[in-house]
Amino acid sequence: MESIGDLMGGFAVVLSWQNLLYMVIGIVLGVIIGVLPGLGGANGVAILLPLTFSMSPTSAIILLSCIYWGALFGGAITSILFNIPGEPWSVATTFDGHPMAQNGKAGEALTAAFTSSFVGALFAVVVITLAAPLVASFALQFGPAEKFSVFFLAFCSFVGMGKEPPTKTIAAMMLGFALAAVGTDTVTGQLRLTFGSTELLGGFDFLIAVIGLFGIGEILLTMEEGLHFKGKAAGINPAVVLQTWKELPRYWVTSLRSCLIGCWMGITPAGATPASFMSYGIAKRASKNGDKFGTGEIEGVIAPETAAHAAGTSALLPMLSLGVPGSPTAAVLLGGLLIWGLQPGPLLFVEQKEFVWGLIASMYLGNIVGLIVVLTMVPFFAAILRIPFAIIAPVILVICAIGAYTVHNNTFDVVMMMVFGVAGYFLKKCNYPLAPLVLAIVLGDKAEEAFRQSLLISQGSLGVFWSSGLVSTIMTLGLIALFWPFLSNVYGRVLTPALRK
Amino acid sequence: MSQSPDDPNLAGPRQRHVEMGVAVFMMVLGAITIFGSLKVGIRWGAEGPKSGFFPFWIGLIIVGTSGFNLFRAYATPNRKLFAQWGQIAQVLKIVWPMTIYVAAVPWLGIYVSSAVLIIGFMRWLGRYGWPLCLGIGLGLQVVVYVTFEKWFLLSLPKGPLEDLLGL
Repeated sequence: MESIGDLMGGFAVVLSWQNLLYMVIGIVLGVIIGVLPGLGGANGVAILLPLTFSMSPTSAIILLSCIYWGALFGGAITSILFNIPGEPWSVATTFDGHPMAQNGKAGEALTAAFTSSFVGALFAVVVITLAAPLVASFALQFGPAEKFSVFFLAFCSFVGMGKEPPTKTIAAMMLGFALAAVGTDTVTGQLRLTFGSTELLGGFDFLIAVIGLFGIGEILLTMEEGLHFKGKAAGINPAVVLQTWKELPRYWVTSLRSCLIGCWMGITPAGATPASFMSYGIAKRASKNGDKFGTGEIEGVIAPETAAHAAGTSALLPMLSLGVPGSPTAAVLLGGLLIWGLQPGPLLFVEQKEFVWGLIASMYLGNIVGLIVVLTMVPFFAAILRIPFAIIAPVILVICAIGAYTVHNNTFDVVMMMVFGVAGYFLKKCNYPLAPLVLAIVLGDKAEEAFRQSLLISQGSLGVFWSSGLVSTIMTLGLIALFWPFLSNVYGRVLTPALRK
Repeated sequence: MSQSPDDPNLAGPRQRHVEMGVAVFMMVLGAITIFGSLKVGIRWGAEGPKSGFFPFWIGLIIVGTSGFNLFRAYATPNRKLFAQWGQIAQVLKIVWPMTIYVAAVPWLGIYVSSAVLIIGFMRWLGRYGWPLCLGIGLGLQVVVYVTFEKWFLLSLPKGPLEDLLGL
C-alpha cells in the first residue's frame, strides 16, 4: 500500500490555489476545444504546449491533462445536442444521445453522459494508481530487446484492432517512422534523409504534424460537409440531474463492463474511439432493451461514454510507466514531458516521484472539477457551438498557425502545418488512420534505438527478440495482433462454413 | 443512394482514383526514404547498423504496402465519389486563402496576416457587416498580443507595421 501514501503526497502537491485554478482553466478550455470542430484533445494540447515551457512541469501537466479531460467531456455535448460528434470517440454517443435530446430528454442524456464519463475516468485512475507503479518497477528490468518488443506490440495492436484496412494502417504508421527518421540519427549523430535542406536538419516535429493533421485537416473536412449547426436546446437543472443520478445505479453492469473494455483498449493503444464503439455494440447485444437502442435508450449513452473516458484516461498508464502512449493526446503529453526535461518510462516513478503522483492526484481532482464544470456550464458551451462556422473557421486556423509557430519560433513550421493539413484531409478521406502515424513520429527514434541496441547485443541476429520468455511472449502477442485481421479472415472463410456442415 | 456520374451536381473525382493517387504518392515517399537511406549506408559499420539501416526497411514496407493499396484500389470496381465538385470548391475556398496566409506570415508578420485572413473570410463567406468583421479580426489580434507577448513572453513573427508602431 505504498502507493496510497505516495498518492496522498501527490494530493499535497496538487492542492494549491494556483494548481486548482489551472485545473478549472484547463477543463473549460478543454471542453471548448472538444466542442469546436477542428480543435480536439490532441491538437488542442499541442497548440498550448509551448505556453507551458516556462511553467513548472507539475503545473504544466495539470493544465494540459485537464484540457484532455475537458475535451473528453466536451465531445458528448455536441453529440447529444447537435448530432455532431465533436470528437471521434463520441460518434457512438450520437446513436442514442441525440434521439434522447429530440425526445426532450437532453438534460437526462447530458447528465448520464457526464456522469458515465466521470465513472469511467475514475475507474481508470484507480487502475493507474494501483497498476502503474507495479508495471513501472517490472519494466525497470527491461533491456533494449524488451523495450523494442513493447513498442512492437503497441504498433501491432493498431493493425489488429483498427477498423481501417491493415495495409493502410501499416503504410500510415511506416510513413510516421520515416518522418521520424529525418534529421539527426540519435544513435550515431549522422544526418540522414535531409537531402541538403537546412530546414529539415531538426527533422519533423510531431507537434506540427498533430496540429496540421488533426486541426487543419479537420477544418477542411468540416468545410466539405458544409455544416449547419441545428441544435436542441440545452437545459440542465438540479432536479433533472438528481433524477438521472437516481436512475443510473440500475445500469451498474453496463458501467462496469464499459469500464473494463475502456481500460483494456486504452492500455493497449487501440484508443477511445474503438472502445466506445465496442462498448456500445456489446451493451446493445447484452441489454434486454437492445432492440430499442438507437431510439434514445439511456444505456446507449452510458456504454460508449464510460468506455471512451476510461480508455482516454488509462491511455496514460503505459505512457507514464513504459513511455509508450496509448493515444495521440497521450503522445502529445509524452512529448511535453520530454520538452520539460523529464524522461517518461519506468524511471519516472523513481526519479520524479512528486511529479508522477501529483499528476495522478490531479486526475482524481480534475475529473471531479470537470464533472461540476460541465454540469453547470452546458448552456455556455452550447452557445459557443452556435457561433457560425464562417467566424469560427478562420479563428481556429489562426490559432493553429500561432500554435505551430511557437513550437520552435519558426515560420517554416507554419508551412509544414499546412502541408500536413492537406495530407491529413486526403489520408482521412482515404481511410488511413492518423493515430498510428502520429505515434510513430513520436516514438520512431526510441523504437529504432531499442531495435539497433538489441541487434548490437546479438551481433545482428533477430533471435535476440526470442531470447527469453518475456520478450518472446510480447513479440508473439505482437505478431498475433499484426496478423489478426488475416487470421480472423481465414477463420471466417475456412472454419465457419466447415462448422456449418 | 444512387449517384449518376452524368448529373453535374453529383459529379466529382472517384474515390478509387484519389486512393490510387494517394498510394502512388506514398510509394514516392517510400522510394525517397530508401534512396536517402542508401546514401548514408544500410549495412553494418564500425558501431553496428549504419544510419540508413532502419529507415531502409521502413521505406521498403511503405513501398510494399502502398503498392498493395494501389493494386487493390485499381482492382476494386467502385463508382463511389471522393467528393462532389461543389464540395471540393468549398474546401478550396479555405485552402487557397490559407496558403496565401502561410506564405505571407514571414513577410507581414502574424498579426496583420491573421487580421486580413479573418476579416476577409468573414466578409467573403459569411457576408457579415464591417463592424463585426473588424471587431473580431482586430480584437483577436489584441487578445493574442496581450496573451503571448505580455503574459507568456513568447514573441510572434512581426512585419513592417509592427516596426512602424514600435512594438
